[in-house]
Amino acid sequence: MSDVVLETRGLVKHFKARKGAVRAVDGVDLQLRRGETLGIVGESGCGKSTLAKLLVGLEKPTQGEIRVRGEDLTRLGGAALRRSRRNIQMVLQDPYTSLNPRMTVGDIIGEPYDIHRDAVPQYGKARAVQELLDIVGLNPDHINRYPHQFSGGQRQRIGIARALALRPEIIVCDEPVSALDVSIQAQVINLLEGLQRELGLAYVFIAHDLSVVRHISDRVAVMYLGKIVETGNHAAIYEQPTHPYTQALLSAVPVPDPRLRGRRDHIMLEGDVPSPADPPSGCRFRTRCWKAQPGCADHEPLLEIRQRSSHPSACHYAEVRHVMRRF
Amino acid sequence: MSDRNATVEAPKPTGGKPRSLAGDAWLDLRTRKIFWIAAVLVVVVLLMAAWPSLFTSADPKDCLLARKNAGAGGGAPFGYDFQGCDVYAKTVYGARDSILVGVAATLIAGVIGLVVGLLAGYFGRWVDAVLSRFVDIVLAIPFILGAIVLARRLSSDPESNGVFAVIVTLGVLGWTTAARVMRSAVISAKNQDYVAAARMLGASPARLMLRHILPNAVSPFIVVLTVLLGVNIAGEATLSYLGVGLKGDAVSWGLAIAEAGPFARTAAAPLVWPSVFLAATVLAFIMLGDAIRDAFDPKLR
Amino acid sequence: MNEITAHVDALPGLDPRAPLLHVEDLHVEFRTRDGVARAVNGVNLWLNPGETLAVLGESGCGKSVTAQAIMGILDTPPGHVTGGRVLYRGVDLLRLPESERRKVRANRIAMIFQDALSALNPVYTVGFQLAELFRVHRGTSRREAKRRAIELLDQVRIPDARRRVDDYPHEFSGGMRQRVMIAMALALDPEVLIADEPTTALDVTVQAQIMSLLADLQRERNMGLMLITHDMGVVADVADRIAVMYAGKVVEEAPVYDIYAHPAHAYTKALLESIPRLDHKGQALNVIRGLPPALTDIPTGCAFHPRCAYAREICRLEPPPAYQIAPHRVTSCHFVREVLGV
Ligand SMILES: Nc1ncnc2c1ncn2[C@@H]1O[C@H](COP(=O)(O)OP(=O)(O)OP(=O)(O)O)[C@@H](O)[C@H]1O
Ligand SMILES: Nc1ncnc2c1ncn2[C@@H]1O[C@H](COP(=O)(O)OP(=O)(O)O)[C@@H](O)[C@H]1O
Ligand code: SF4
Ligand code: SF4
Ligand SMILES: [Mg+2]
Ligand SMILES: [Mg+2]
Repeated sequence: MSDVVLETRGLVKHFKARKGAVRAVDGVDLQLRRGETLGIVGESGCGKSTLAKLLVGLEKPTQGEIRVRGEDLTRLGGAALRRSRRNIQMVLQDPYTSLNPRMTVGDIIGEPYDIHRDAVPQYGKARAVQELLDIVGLNPDHINRYPHQFSGGQRQRIGIARALALRPEIIVCDEPVSALDVSIQAQVINLLEGLQRELGLAYVFIAHDLSVVRHISDRVAVMYLGKIVETGNHAAIYEQPTHPYTQALLSAVPVPDPRLRGRRDHIMLEGDVPSPADPPSGCRFRTRCWKAQPGCADHEPLLEIRQRSSHPSACHYAEVRHVMRRF
Repeated sequence: MSDRNATVEAPKPTGGKPRSLAGDAWLDLRTRKIFWIAAVLVVVVLLMAAWPSLFTSADPKDCLLARKNAGAGGGAPFGYDFQGCDVYAKTVYGARDSILVGVAATLIAGVIGLVVGLLAGYFGRWVDAVLSRFVDIVLAIPFILGAIVLARRLSSDPESNGVFAVIVTLGVLGWTTAARVMRSAVISAKNQDYVAAARMLGASPARLMLRHILPNAVSPFIVVLTVLLGVNIAGEATLSYLGVGLKGDAVSWGLAIAEAGPFARTAAAPLVWPSVFLAATVLAFIMLGDAIRDAFDPKLR
Repeated sequence: MNEITAHVDALPGLDPRAPLLHVEDLHVEFRTRDGVARAVNGVNLWLNPGETLAVLGESGCGKSVTAQAIMGILDTPPGHVTGGRVLYRGVDLLRLPESERRKVRANRIAMIFQDALSALNPVYTVGFQLAELFRVHRGTSRREAKRRAIELLDQVRIPDARRRVDDYPHEFSGGMRQRVMIAMALALDPEVLIADEPTTALDVTVQAQIMSLLADLQRERNMGLMLITHDMGVVADVADRIAVMYAGKVVEEAPVYDIYAHPAHAYTKALLESIPRLDHKGQALNVIRGLPPALTDIPTGCAFHPRCAYAREICRLEPPPAYQIAPHRVTSCHFVREVLGV
């Protein structure tokens, strides 16, 4: 399987807290193949951003492995680590805070080359920067402008150009379109899709908007309280969800079609996500699960293929429920 | 790509020479009136400090008790003080030590404050704990007491005029506010996404601090420094008044103000003129600081 | 309803038969350093009791400013209402003295905001803030006010309201805070509730809870609900009518079923085609090129023309008039027929 560009095994991140630990990411296994998009969805606070930060090295894992092209980043150091890291870049959520307001766009996009001098193409940094601006659909003459002179969507393009500079194979996108206007989201999504086709990029695409994730992803992983509770290709997750949490999430997403009003299967979840500092025993979803049985408190369900679930699902009673029937 | 922005033109890889933030700041500064006013004032004051004889031919030490508190006239546009010295000449000659003390002490305080604040804010944890305690300790020293002890030790040489001692004393005791302001500005800049983005690219701590954090944290620090400049010029007066400042027959604005204070009711001019010069100088530096700060903020251009 | 009127001085000119809320040709400007931003340029809206009107538009198109002008909480300066009327049961609120408006604000028209945390005072318990409303506006006793505060928290389905009433805002989660905000807004039984992006900051699961709560409360109280949002999905589920705004104008207004099935304005249509759908995996999204205009420099004619696929010469020259294409259906587009495909 040389096809796998990124793989994590038992990835764990615990943050020290006043009492005990916040278990932000608690044993995540995932695989990403070349040119593929893996969508990650889940409610706020379930560990998506922490996972993203672990992948790009902004946080150190408490446990587990992150393998980029087979090399375990957690065991590498020095120059080898730097080289490996170049292969995995990130686009951040907020285009208003992710660009240094006191650097010109040329300096921002050129910074990867200042840090990794051996990555500068033969024709020079200046040309490379202008080429990148062109690739993401910005005017290459705007290198001397500052971020505040651009709109949100354009800033996100600058962020994407910066992530492309070192020619990575993998880009982690943490909510790349959440902060954008509706009419601009489509521009950025199409850009990301176009770049994937042309450059063969693999994306880890994190978003809370399940419609956007469905649109862009080949495979989807659903996260709850630091764990992946269901994973599969987009058809499996959206058309045959088997985990109660996935089903509830999907049923809560509003669909822009008033004809579906009152005809959709609404599963109303009670309350909020429990604190990751003190997750429920057994199945973490049991405090909000309408299918919970007494046994769910004692035995933690593994993420595996079960009798009634053709794809991995972490529920003892995994079973398809069509929440997204088409009309 | 079908989603190209409507305004995008064909790439012209040769167009546009890259500029830097400093270059842009200078281009902007050149067009600002307030910058030129401040700059002219500062240059005048510096000239006065370097070559006072350019501004007056009178000798500040040429005092005649007979002229005590005499009004303006003759070669003395501001009149004479209670010892019969020329107020104008004294004020002009006072510029040198006042400016020297103010600028040098502020620079020392600024450098200490910048380094301490930047390191404490950037590294956090034990570095921050140690440095912050250190700031607290310095802050806990009563200024007068600390200054007297320090200035005494530093100016044990009877030959010296005390300027060096005053500069070091004010600098070493006066950096705490600057450090605290710097530290909190660094902490808030450090947590910005663009710093994370640079860290992700593998930027070194030095690069993060100098390229990303410092330029975005320096504004409040500059404000503190410009205020500190005025405080230091006045602080020299306090020390001189306490007998641990400038010695011998030194002249400075601070000294002049301190001397003239008790006689303010009978003769206001010896108090007013050095004060006006001091205020104008501080104001000029504040305006200069503001203009530079704004020029380095692309949003305000 | 009797209880309300007993406590509120009757407004002069109040006509119980007049429409509940009618905004007529509203204009709002912001006079800023960069010039005059024309945030609202002739907005027309109406709202009946028991009805949900969704105001839909991208950020910066003037939704919140319209709401603020209706509420009389516009940031003045730099904001100025430069024309139009806001009629509440026939009374022009814009002409009322501030003291009268304050009463209208508290008792008849209420508003909830996107960011519930900053709208609640962090140093008082939520129970105190709720009780304060009853004490100030109704003169109720301390005990009675607290009892009613608990009752309200119960109504917005805060579990264990009796205990939570003494908690501070920061002790509530995002969704719970929004419930508290709703309780505050409903405390004095308003007839109109304006909700400005009430769920934008929340998760879909919590959003579903809040939207169903709002719908239930509205039904029980027969309130007029003006729901401001940029999310075409949320409004499809709850709205009766939809007003689409672009660059400070309502460009299309229609009953909810019609607008999704047959958008009659090129902007509405483009917007609907540009959003990814949950219920099927489509192909490449249709993109609206360019950016929303700067409000200091709104394009001539139809403000959407630089981005519009249907635009022709006339769109640049002439602002499109409001065409009434069906009962309750108004659209301002020169090429309605082409857009509708008829
Ligand atoms: N540095 C930290 N120290 C302590 N706890 C943290 C830290 N960073 C994150 N957490 C906690 O870890 C959990 C997961 O956070 P994370 O930011 O990954 O969530 P998320 O899924 O990205 O949510 P959102 O959709 O809101 O972005 C949260 O409970 C958060 O409070
Ligand atoms: N206090 C203010 N000062 C200056 N401009 C403002 C102010 N409030 C709003 N605006 C401007 O008015 C326009 C409309 O804003 P708003 O109604 O908040 O948009 P939205 O449709 O996203 O709610 C925006 O361009 C905004 O920048
Ligand atoms: S294991 Fe039990 S509690 Fe967990 S999701 Fe399945 S049914 Fe619900
Ligand atoms: S009036 Fe013209 S530019 Fe405006 S939406 Fe209609 S077709 Fe497009
Ligand atoms: Mg996140
Ligand atoms: Mg708004």
